[in-house]
Amino acid sequence: MRLVLERFLHNAGALLAVTTILFFMFRLMPGTPLAAYINDNLNADQQRLMLEMFGLDKPMWMQYFIYLGNLVHGELGLSFFQRRPVLDILLEVLPNSLILTLTGLVVAYIFGVLAGAWLAWKRGSWVEGVAVPIVLASRAAPEFWIGMVLLALLSFNLGWFPSGGANSPGMFYTSEWQRLVSLDYLQHLALPVLTLALYLQGLPLLLMRSNMLEVMHEEFVVMARMKGFSQWRIVIRHAARNALLPVVTAFALGIGISMGGNVVVETVFSWPGIGRMLVTAVANLDYPLAQGAFLMIALVLITMNFVADLLYGVLDPRVRHGRAG
Amino acid sequence: MAERAEASLLARVRPGRGARVAAVLRRLAAMPARDPFAFAGLTIYAAFVLVALFADLLASNPPLEIVFTKAGRLAANLPPSAEFPLGTTNLGRDIYAQLVFGTRSALAVGLSAAIVVASVGTIVGLVAGYFGGWFDTVLMRIADMALSLPFLPFVVVLTGFLGASTWNIVLAVALLLWPNSARVIRSQVLTVRERAYIEAARVTGARPWRILFIHVAPNILPLSFVYGAIAIGWAIITEAGISFLGFGDSTSVSWGYMLQDAFSSQALSRGQYHWFGPPGICIMLIVVAGFFISRGYEEVFIPKLRD
Repeated sequence: MRLVLERFLHNAGALLAVTTILFFMFRLMPGTPLAAYINDNLNADQQRLMLEMFGLDKPMWMQYFIYLGNLVHGELGLSFFQRRPVLDILLEVLPNSLILTLTGLVVAYIFGVLAGAWLAWKRGSWVEGVAVPIVLASRAAPEFWIGMVLLALLSFNLGWFPSGGANSPGMFYTSEWQRLVSLDYLQHLALPVLTLALYLQGLPLLLMRSNMLEVMHEEFVVMARMKGFSQWRIVIRHAARNALLPVVTAFALGIGISMGGNVVVETVFSWPGIGRMLVTAVANLDYPLAQGAFLMIALVLITMNFVADLLYGVLDPRVRHGRAG
Repeated sequence: MAERAEASLLARVRPGRGARVAAVLRRLAAMPARDPFAFAGLTIYAAFVLVALFADLLASNPPLEIVFTKAGRLAANLPPSAEFPLGTTNLGRDIYAQLVFGTRSALAVGLSAAIVVASVGTIVGLVAGYFGGWFDTVLMRIADMALSLPFLPFVVVLTGFLGASTWNIVLAVALLLWPNSARVIRSQVLTVRERAYIEAARVTGARPWRILFIHVAPNILPLSFVYGAIAIGWAIITEAGISFLGFGDSTSVSWGYMLQDAFSSQALSRGQYHWFGPPGICIMLIVVAGFFISRGYEEVFIPKLRD
């Protein structure tokens, strides 16, 4: 329990730090935050009134606390370009990003864990000699480039998948849920998910492989072998279960990290998610929207760090009983 | 006086510098046979360095020049040929020349980021690990903070607002990557600090800064190398990603610029694999080389990792 509280405070501190960095980063940006509202047609008095209306005449530290207060209430301001609350815009695209990330990760981790365990089994064979460099190469390729190659090959060349977006134009759905389970949506989802999965499978694969190699030498595995259990049973029941622990933690961390990486994948496939939203907002100098999108991504990242910390404690008794901090 | 006592004590508790250098050189020389991965990595690096140095000789057309066919027509969207080994872009630019000159900007980005990451990480790790105390706490909290920023979004926001320049990308990458190396180096310093010869130096009255830079630092330099090598790949991939998103320096030809150009010029739907394929493969090769080398050097310099 102490550990939970400590990790919570730690991550909450990180979140506060990130929001603070963000606040000052955006305040130091060139141009006034009101560039989109104020133009030369307004006289000096009107401009001053405008500044007062947005609270920009107050000292910096006061603005900072107002900003924090607003964040707590989920108040992220109005988008300069869409003239709508930032939170509404973000909540519209957040499901797309989460679905993409989670599906991609699940596919990557199922494949990675199985292939990693299999490769550990094949230790020292030619399969290992071929497979390990290929896996390393897949981790070295730029994520968006994998997407570009798949897009050219599977979409433009073979025509198996649509080339971008989340839904075909002209489709109509009675509810958001119906849209998300429609065949059309799943077809659009397939290629970005495949890209993400190809890019992400390397980590769980290599982790699982090295964990398996380590666990296979542990006493309880040797014990099981001496008891005369079959190889298969040893691998599944004894070794794999223990080798999985770090992979589970990596999965939680992976959700947070790939939300950030989605910036490029969503752009390649014109996927209407939060990463692409950030890119367009920055390109348009839409400060409130960019700030909100960044915060949302950071929030997911830090929450997942916290979850990973907890999982680590729950899954590995040595951490729970060990010293805290 | 203190220094002489220190030297004579040290001579007894650790091998001389000459012997250690010779040992490292011996292991380096044996590397190709013992660690083909690291050798392959070094070879890839060397090849790219040569291409970058002799780019002017290897490619006859400037990368952004619009070229024309012998008949005097715009040489747009040409397939690979003897004259244009990788064909031309939709605006009639030599893709092979862009690829060759892109090596320069890739290495410039990668090396400068590596130098910043390695030196900042080393200094912070050394000082925090050796002196400890509130200084250590503050530095490690800053490191935690930097690690909880989402990587690519941070670089997008920073370069998007500070302006599209290669140096802003290097700055952003360095800001986010130094904590990794600082943390690992710090923990290495914590163990080195307790070794006998450091204790000996302290007993003989050597000043802390002298111990830190003369006795501790050489032990963790290999780690700085490893993190520098990893940073090269990260910086190049990040530069490519940022250029692809449209926040790169549009005046310099990089591999990311080429990919962005190909993507926005519908090279994908025209199936021009010879355009968007090679830059990606080059990035992949250089990053893989970094993986291989960091693995190999770890084994050369930190023998305890060897089985």
